Amino acid sequence: MSLDLPLIFAALMGLAMLMYVLLDGYDLGVGMLMPGANEREQELMVASIGPFWDANETWLVLGVGILLVAFPVAHGIILGALYLPVVAMLIGLMLRGVAFEFRVKAEGWHRELWNWLFWFGSFLASFAQGVMLGRFITGFHPGFGYYLFALLVGAALCGGYVLLGAAWLILKTEGVLQRKALGWARWGLAWVALGVALVSLATPMVSPTVHAKWFEDFPSARTLGLMLLPLASVLAGWVLWEATGRMKRGEREFDWMPLLAAAAIFALAFAGLAYSLFPYVVIDRMTIWEAAAHPSALRVMLAGVVIVLPLLVAYTAFAYRVFRGKARAGLYE
Amino acid sequence: MESAEVLLLARAQFGLNIGFHILFPSLTIALGWILLYFRIRYARSGDPAWLATYKLWTKVFALSFAMGVVSGITMSFQFGTNWPGYMLKVGNIAGPLLAFEVLTAFFLEATFLGIMLFGMNRVPGWVHIFSSAMVAIGTTLSAFWILALNSWMQTPAGHVVESGQIIAGDWLKVIFNPSFPYRFVHMLLASGLTAAFVVAGLSAWRLLRAQDDASARKTLRTGLVLAAVLAPLQIFVGDLHGLNTLEHQPSKIAAIEAIWKTEKGVPLVLFAIPDDERRVNEFAIEIPKGASLVLKHDPDAELKGTDAFAPDSAPVAPVFFAFRAMVGLGVLMLALAWAGVWASRRGRLPSRRMLWVFAACTFIGWIATLAGWLVTEIGRQPWLVSGILRTAGAAGAASGAQIGVSLAGYIVTYTVMLIAYLVVLTHLAGKGTQT
Repeated sequence: MSLDLPLIFAALMGLAMLMYVLLDGYDLGVGMLMPGANEREQELMVASIGPFWDANETWLVLGVGILLVAFPVAHGIILGALYLPVVAMLIGLMLRGVAFEFRVKAEGWHRELWNWLFWFGSFLASFAQGVMLGRFITGFHPGFGYYLFALLVGAALCGGYVLLGAAWLILKTEGVLQRKALGWARWGLAWVALGVALVSLATPMVSPTVHAKWFEDFPSARTLGLMLLPLASVLAGWVLWEATGRMKRGEREFDWMPLLAAAAIFALAFAGLAYSLFPYVVIDRMTIWEAAAHPSALRVMLAGVVIVLPLLVAYTAFAYRVFRGKARAGLYE
Repeated sequence: MESAEVLLLARAQFGLNIGFHILFPSLTIALGWILLYFRIRYARSGDPAWLATYKLWTKVFALSFAMGVVSGITMSFQFGTNWPGYMLKVGNIAGPLLAFEVLTAFFLEATFLGIMLFGMNRVPGWVHIFSSAMVAIGTTLSAFWILALNSWMQTPAGHVVESGQIIAGDWLKVIFNPSFPYRFVHMLLASGLTAAFVVAGLSAWRLLRAQDDASARKTLRTGLVLAAVLAPLQIFVGDLHGLNTLEHQPSKIAAIEAIWKTEKGVPLVLFAIPDDERRVNEFAIEIPKGASLVLKHDPDAELKGTDAFAPDSAPVAPVFFAFRAMVGLGVLMLALAWAGVWASRRGRLPSRRMLWVFAACTFIGWIATLAGWLVTEIGRQPWLVSGILRTAGAAGAASGAQIGVSLAGYIVTYTVMLIAYLVVLTHLAGKGTQT
């Protein structure tokens, strides 16, 4: 039996990246929302992500790790082209990671400083990730318009993470903070709608390859079928708006709905992106088969993944189960 | 800018990152096990002093772990940004080893750390102990994979060349390559010593402020006894590791011992200022035939000098000095630990002067670890993977300006992080277990 190993690893890499964006997305979003909350609320917000953020960021290492390991040629090209945004993202992730630990132990203006760095690091990392995505989609073309596009995607991704963060807080908190989070989620949704719309329109314009994939023989069964993706996104957005509206009016039972809807929007956008790019790992330049490592290396890693992934999913699920329910202030208690 | 200078910048940046990163795993690998010990002592005795101890050191662990995670993420990117040639040439070996680290170790420790830190009141006691054990196992597994890869780069084995690509012929030989067992044990013991001195040092700091702190007395003793046991073991294992290096990487030994010419009856250079330009030792203090005696157990045995490996010989001066710093600190740790165990026998409290010494030596293990790391990494130059890939052949296309700007960014970030880390650690120790 011969397996298409590069295809399998492309799927695994996509899965890891999507998991990263969903999971670290909500804790980055919570970080960006910190300035909107008072001191007591900030404690709750931090407590809600405390047990998870380390493991969330590990998905990034897995995603980049698969790129590095399974597609070494592409890894060099992509990270070489994204040198400075990668550095900015890493510094952002470092700042917020340590600020998270330091702020708990600090007092007075020190704590204020770490709070500020926690916000700044979260924002810098999110924005840099968006810029990286924007550069990646357009095949790293130089030129003012392309850079502007990348900055736009950076801003859109910040909005997206804010939406995820707010939806997470709706699930994990109650009372005044939850009410605030409902407002943030709606604000984030507007931002995401704008961002996704702009990116969806701009991407086919800047990339003929993507344009051909979506509109070449429009209208045909294939391209009309593809329109289900944006339609489903709009539906998820409507569900989110409706759920937050109901909660604002006092209904309590749907506190998990906004997070589910937000995750669905991300997953749909991700699917659209994956469809646009496939089979390229560097758009218009290199396919996943051209970039793949030697089959012997891929085989041994696949064996590892097959054994470990179920365990990983099991104990991640266990950790989320242990910390289910509303967050309580007071870490380390 | 000259390409040689860009290469040096790229190396400086990666060296800074990896040198900063290594500080934290070298502490948390062993601290994970020490925490498990504290946790089990509490479970068996119910003594609140052990619980307070456990909680305090959990905070130190969490802080150090976070520093390790964020600097580790940085490294996973720098393989691509700084050394694309590395993955192109040996990616089929290095890749799976790194992937296995992430899959088996990184997720394990990061996930169970959440339960360990925040879940004590949410899960049954045994689940909490199990989580603490998983964190300790995770950190050790992580070291296993990283040391397997590093050792393979030092003493490659088990690989074959197939149509120009280097692939694994026998994974067991790749992982258990000739220097791996020695290096792995050497690193674990280094971590044990680092953590033991951090535990003893911060406990001494606490006792200087509050003599009757029951928890600090317990942990001072724990740290000192652990160091007293591990220090002689480390010297023994280090010696074995050196003999293994002589067999597989004689070029590194020539640099360590500052031997320039291949000859018989080589003297042991105790101190000198090696001059890499003129290839001589200035101000040398030597024991005649000493090196031949120590390394080959025969005063007239022949040893290879750096001339045997030119032009691929390692730079002598940095390796020579770093090795002496490492060994000197190792001996100092042994003396301190034994003196401390004696001074704290049967529940005694060491003198204030001695407590000050231990507080001052809190991070002595870090310095020794960094020195040892410099020996092994610079001693392998100019190779990145011995005999297979030169460091220069792995460098990327990033410009000097790009590397320079990001290097400056990293230096500022790491300085801030390190200062904050030390301040918070001192603050935690100062507050003690009252809170």
